[in-house]
Amino acid sequence: MVKSFKRMSVLSLVAVFMVVLALAGCGNSQTPAPAAGGDKSAPKAEAPKTDAAQPAAAGGLDEIKKRGKLVVGVKYDTFLFGFKNPSSGQVEGFDVDMAKAIAKKIFGDESKLELKEVTSNTRIPMLQKGDIDAIIATMTITDERKQQVDFTDVYFKAGQALLVKKGSPIKSIADIKKGVKVLGAKGSTSVKNIAQKAPDATILEFNNYQDAFAALKAGQGDALTTDNAILYGMAKQDPNYQVVGGIFTDEPYGIAVKKGNTDLQKTINDLLKEMKQDGSYDKMYEKWIGEKPSK
Amino acid sequence: MIDFSILTKYSDFYMKGLGNVIEACLIAMAGSFVLGTIIAVFRIAPMRWLNAIGALYVEVIRNIPLLMVVYGFYLLPPVFGMSAVDGFKSGTLGLIVYTASYIAEAVRAGILAVPKGQTEAARASGLTYIQTMRYIVLPQAIRIVIPPIGNQFLNIVKNSAILGVIAGFDLMYYADKISSDTFQYFSPYLFVALLYLVLTIPISFGVKYLERKFSKAR
Repeated sequence: MVKSFKRMSVLSLVAVFMVVLALAGCGNSQTPAPAAGGDKSAPKAEAPKTDAAQPAAAGGLDEIKKRGKLVVGVKYDTFLFGFKNPSSGQVEGFDVDMAKAIAKKIFGDESKLELKEVTSNTRIPMLQKGDIDAIIATMTITDERKQQVDFTDVYFKAGQALLVKKGSPIKSIADIKKGVKVLGAKGSTSVKNIAQKAPDATILEFNNYQDAFAALKAGQGDALTTDNAILYGMAKQDPNYQVVGGIFTDEPYGIAVKKGNTDLQKTINDLLKEMKQDGSYDKMYEKWIGEKPSK
Repeated sequence: MIDFSILTKYSDFYMKGLGNVIEACLIAMAGSFVLGTIIAVFRIAPMRWLNAIGALYVEVIRNIPLLMVVYGFYLLPPVFGMSAVDGFKSGTLGLIVYTASYIAEAVRAGILAVPKGQTEAARASGLTYIQTMRYIVLPQAIRIVIPPIGNQFLNIVKNSAILGVIAGFDLMYYADKISSDTFQYFSPYLFVALLYLVLTIPISFGVKYLERKFSKAR
């Protein structure tokens, strides 16, 4: 019994090593995939070239007017920006109010608006296919994306920031010195940025932002870092925490329209200017973000 | 399929992770053995209230997920006004507390397996209850419980991967980090799995060896 057991265990070890060797045999040391991080850079998936005939909804301002409603792609899962409220079933947020303002500008009636859910991967194809007239979905303006869509002016100054407990000695990125524990999400660009800008900091990485926020609340770190848009959402959940020091990276959000749709682009840019002048932009910003926009 | 460049490029991470796993596991093995033995003695001591404490400990801890025990140590101290316990410490503490409940059951079974006549003879010779335990019963019980405790030590090594979710800087933490840095999932985790095997297979064989040795001695 003992003997056969011994033989079996030796055999199984040999089998394990053979499997490992076999796997190693198929190995090739190809270079790692290009370092594309999260929301900010996944241009490949978003960029199917569509040379198909102009679909129905893809038109300029005239077609939108003829149709009688504006179709905008927003996110349904991003707190404060585009979020489907589970209790009311309504999609609400900064992006949604922005879409309403555009509908009001075009039709004089903010209800002439249809919202469609988009994700980071679907939004550009949907715009190019003509399913939506514009994307207002926490979309950072990048050069790669500019080749596929036209952006309006910046409608939200996004960038990386710090979330700390109220009363914390940390007021900005300059206060992140040796021994300060900064929390972030594994693999995020924000963690790589902070390692560059504050190389002495101790960085603790978590599987997602909720875990990182829980750790911050439990006193496991001094600051949490990621996009200010996410941090404002956390600060809204727990008023004992606040976003400090402004943004230290520049990843501004823009509204995207189909390439060549200059009427709509111009209309939105005019609207943004008007809203910033008459104070309605600040009001909208304060409503969702909880503080006045930094100038 | 297997990218060995990851192994060389991130060897620092793997070594740090391995070192921390070994440290956490050695502490957890010693700690859970001591705590588990104490709880086992509680459960069979001739005092009702001690029995109750021991039984409560085992039934509560053994029947909740390890992840919750560890999260408890990681997230709760500030709620009670205590200072925070970092990921490595709270993970190791969680492993001690959790594994002790299993070891307690193993040790209790071992103690009960020692013939009652031994205890009666010791007590009749004038030894106190604690002396009887210390010099007569536990030395015999340990031999019986070495295999099950060895299995629990094996579980400690595997369960130590829980440190990865609370920034405990173990192998799992670095595996997640490397895979999210390189966008490769197969190789970083495969190497970590092999490193765990390097730790567990010797323990596994050790347990089997002891099992055989003691079954012969009987």
